[in-house]
Parts: sequence; structure tokens; C-alpha cells
Amino acid sequence: MAATEQSSDTEEQGNVFRCTGSLTIARAASTAREIAAAPDPLIIDLSGVERLDTVGAWLIYRSVRDRGAKVRGASREAEKLMEQVAEADKPAKIRPDQRPGMIRMLDEIGQAVYDFGEALYGLLGFFGATLIGFASIVRQPKRFRLNAVVQRFDVVGVRALGIIGLMSFLIGVVIGQQGAVQLQAFGAEIYTINLIGRLTIRELGTLMTAIMVAGRSGSAFAAQLGTMKITEEIDAMRTIGVSPVEALVVPRMLASIIMMPLLAFYAMIMSIAGGGVFCWIALDIPPLTFIQRIREVVPMYDLYVGLIKAPVFGVIIALAGCFQGMQVEGNSEEVGIRTTNAVVQAIFLVIVIDAVFAVFFSSVGWG
Amino acid sequence: MKGGEAIITIRGLDNSFGEQIIHRDLDLDVRRGEILGVVGGSGTGKSVLMRSIIGLQIPEAGDIEVLGENMIGRSEDEAKNIRRRWGILFQNGALFSTLTVAENVEVPIREYFPFLKPPLLDEIASFKIAMSGLPADAGPKYPSELSGGMRKRAGLARALALDPELLFLDEPTAGLDPIGAANFDELIESLQKRLDLTVFLITHDLDTLYEICDRVAVLADQKVIAIGTIAELLAMDHPWIQEYFNGPRGRAAAGSSERREA
Repeated sequence: MAATEQSSDTEEQGNVFRCTGSLTIARAASTAREIAAAPDPLIIDLSGVERLDTVGAWLIYRSVRDRGAKVRGASREAEKLMEQVAEADKPAKIRPDQRPGMIRMLDEIGQAVYDFGEALYGLLGFFGATLIGFASIVRQPKRFRLNAVVQRFDVVGVRALGIIGLMSFLIGVVIGQQGAVQLQAFGAEIYTINLIGRLTIRELGTLMTAIMVAGRSGSAFAAQLGTMKITEEIDAMRTIGVSPVEALVVPRMLASIIMMPLLAFYAMIMSIAGGGVFCWIALDIPPLTFIQRIREVVPMYDLYVGLIKAPVFGVIIALAGCFQGMQVEGNSEEVGIRTTNAVVQAIFLVIVIDAVFAVFFSSVGWG
Repeated sequence: MKGGEAIITIRGLDNSFGEQIIHRDLDLDVRRGEILGVVGGSGTGKSVLMRSIIGLQIPEAGDIEVLGENMIGRSEDEAKNIRRRWGILFQNGALFSTLTVAENVEVPIREYFPFLKPPLLDEIASFKIAMSGLPADAGPKYPSELSGGMRKRAGLARALALDPELLFLDEPTAGLDPIGAANFDELIESLQKRLDLTVFLITHDLDTLYEICDRVAVLADQKVIAIGTIAELLAMDHPWIQEYFNGPRGRAAAGSSERREA
């Protein structure tokens, strides 16, 4: 690439800025600097220019426009290019308008509060629409989509068995191990069994299952419905006369409600198995003793507490997933955002409701 | 007439997906300064041909030379020097959805000229946006806020960001209303004249072919079966070409083109 060499020599009419070689984007920064440094009145001599592109033409045009510079020695092509950029000189906005920081901060806080309220309100409305969907299916059982529901059972429940089983088994081991370390200090390692039994059955079995289902299925619900929304499948469904709530939301909701207690129970059993194996190997407590002890120390109502919560968590997970999925509008990027929202919202609400349940069950005497 | 040396030379190109053969021994020359229209039925591999030229699809065999450089088996660094000299408008614009229109236009400039100062960068983006016929308030908008036609213009602005010598357009007028499509044709023609572009244009739009293309290449039977002006193609008796240009739509486009010239 030829160099651009210039000299600013004083003649009668003004300072001549001579460009030679190529005047292109590759040399735009230095050329802009040199033109800015040349004093007025300015004459730009293009007779030595071999290559000119629109950026070079723009720099010349700009100095003609702003500083009244004269151009001489421009070739036919150079004139054509300068006409082209002159025509395109309609200053376009590049960045969105920005307001002062303080106002923007207040604006963002306000917007966030408003969005939060609107999300809760929307969630409530969506819950209502889902209940109406259930009601209309109860009134007209023919509209119940058995195949769709069974397929969801498979996806939400059966296919989750592996990962939930493994996770729960390991949680049982970890509780046993951590409990044993602490309780050994008092010579009370036998209480490790109480810890494993009550903690997993009452709390962790259900809670960890809910978190896993939210991550696995809640996100899938949001992504599936969101994609269907973008490809206008849901609009097509509506125009054919199929209610998207009945066809898409109800089967997913039903699958979550029914699968959550089953998965939670399975998770409890696996956790106890994990704890049992740990106790057998590390504390020399034989499995029979372990099981007998579990039956003695874990009251039946612990199981009820764990299992009553499960379908409620199922409702929350399906609700958040389907609601966020149906909120998708516009582009594929939104599917990602809504999927994230669905999981965050589901896990957050699950933990809030879990706290409410904890207070409730201890005040009714199931402590 | 136009047409000095060839700016793209393809010899013996073979492409296939599994059992399905797309191209077999395909030859094509694109001359400097022309607008070459590429037509062919669905599935004849027009897009695959374009993707082979720009290096997104590695062909099974054949030589592809672009701007005097052999494109096959190049390292990414070597290819960069050629990539700088072409611009590509994908079918749906392929704008980066997380960036505004102005930022989209600035992406190639920033990539190759990172030392440019932001004010100059903004000025360049601004005149490129205006050059592509977008309204002045389009700069800060996101692609999702634009109509289909505006998205294509924004894609064109990005394709023109580095003053390419060679412009690839994949169905630029598909999905546009007739007025928008005619405006887009005019825009491409005027930019081609002013900026001395060579244009490789895939299209199904017969009006575009009649209005702006210097030559038309017809893809069928896994190769380019004919290339020439529309008058030359009409003189051939290949059934597909006859059906294409002499079908009801072809005759309508020819008629409207004659009326406009009269």
C-alpha cells in the first residue's frame, strides 16, 4: 500500500495539503489528524491520489463542509465518491439518548419495581387462566389430552430418575459424613441416623427435587413455549380454535403436580440409602440397625410434610416455566432471558413457600 | 461493455451432503464490475455455491479463486485479508441482535481498524447508514425493532462498512413488498455504479434480474448450465430456462421492464 505523503506549503491562495498514494480507511486516523492540524485557508490537492474509498472521501468532504476547504486535482472517480458521501450526509443518530445518572438510576429502580409487580400480577392472571383451563377440561373430559400428559410424565418424571437418584444418594452421603464429624465430638454418632432421616424426608428430599425439576423441566417448558411463540405456532393454534392453555399448559402442569411427589419420595429413599451406605461403611452401623433406627426416630408426619409440599412446588415450577414461555415476544434472544427468568422465579418461589410451610407445620404441631 | 478480468474464478467445484450431490464439476467466472444474477430452482445449491466462495462451506474438490487469491486450504489469518475486501448480505440480514444498527455497522470497522477514534467511527457509521437508505433515527435501534426491509438495508450498511470490492447478496428482495423491492434494486444499482462494486446476487426475483443484472448464471443439473445476458439465455432452448423466463411471471417482468425503458 502506497504511503500518503503530504506537505503544507504556503502559496498565494492558502495552505496546500497534498495527498498521494492511497487515501482509505486504513490511513483514516492519521489523515484526519493531519487535515485537522493544517491551518486555514485549506486547499486539498488530490492529484496524487491513486486509491480513494468512501472514508477518505468523507474526510475530504467534511473539511470542505466545515472549513470551506477547496479541492483540486480530483479525478472523475473521486468526484463520484464525494458526491456519494455528500448525498449520505444526513446525520443519523448513533446512540440512544442518555439522561443524567441520578434520574436514570431512579428510572431503573422504578422500572424494576413496576416489572416485579407486573410479573407477580401476570403470574396470578396466568394461574387463573390455567385454573379455567382445568375447569373446562373437567366439564368436557373429551378435551383431555391423555397422550400429551403421558409424554410429559416421561419427560418430567421418568427421564429425571437417573440424575435425581444420583444427586439424592450423594446428598445422603454428605449429610451422614458432615453429621458424623460433628456428632463424634460428643460421642453421639448414632444420632447421625436421626439427622439423615429427618432432614432428607422432611426438607431436602422435596426441596432438592424441586430445584432439580425447575432446572430440568421448568426451563424446558419456558424454552419450548417461547420458541413456539416466536414461530407463531401458538397463534396458529388459537386461530384453529385450540386453546394453548389446554393443549400446552395443562399437560405440563399436571405432569409436574403428579411427578413431583413421586420424584420427591424416590429422592428421600435414595438419600436414606446413601446415608445408610455411609453409616455402614464409615460408622460400622449395619443396614438393619440403620433401618430400624430410622423407623423409630422419623415420625410419620415428617413424610406427610415432605409429600404435601411436593405438588405445590410442582405447580410453582410449571406455572413459572409456562408463564415465562408465553411472555416471549420478538426475537430468539428473549427465549434465553425468559428461560433464565423461569428457573430463577421458580426456585425463588419454591424456597419462599418452603419457609411458609416450615412455620405452618411447626405451629400445627408437626414439629 | 463491462467485464475485464475475472474477480471470482471457480473450476471443477464438487459439493455434496452425504448421498445428495449438490455440485458436480461446476465452473463459473464473475467479472470485475458486473452484477451477476444467480438463479436456479430450490435445492439447486445457489446458497451452497455462495457459501463455498466465501469459505463457510469446504468443497470436496475444485478450485476457487477470489480477487486473485486461491481460497481453498487457507489459514484463517490469510483469509482475513480477503474477507476485508468483500461484504455479504445474508438472507435475513443476520444482524447481531444484541447490538444496535450503528454498532452492527461498526463491528467490521472495529475488527480491522481498532485504532479509529469513536467520533470518526460514528461519522462513518452515520454516512453508511444514510447511504443504505435508512432513516436518520435508525442508528440506535435494535434489529428486533426494524421491519424486514429496514433490516436488509441495515445488513447492507454493514456489508458496505469496509468499502468492499465484492458484494454478495443472498435473495435481497425476498420478503419485501414490490415497492420496497424496486427501491432496493435501485439502491444496489446506484451503489454498484458509484462504488465500483462487483455484485454476486442470488435471487428469485425476475424483476431484479431484468432491472439490474448484467449477466445471469443458471444453476441446474449440479452445474452452471448457462451464463449470459437475459437475451442470450432466452435464445437457448433448455426447458428450465424457457419455463423460467417465458412462464407467466417471466413474461410479466419482461413486459414491465420494457415499459419502463420505453
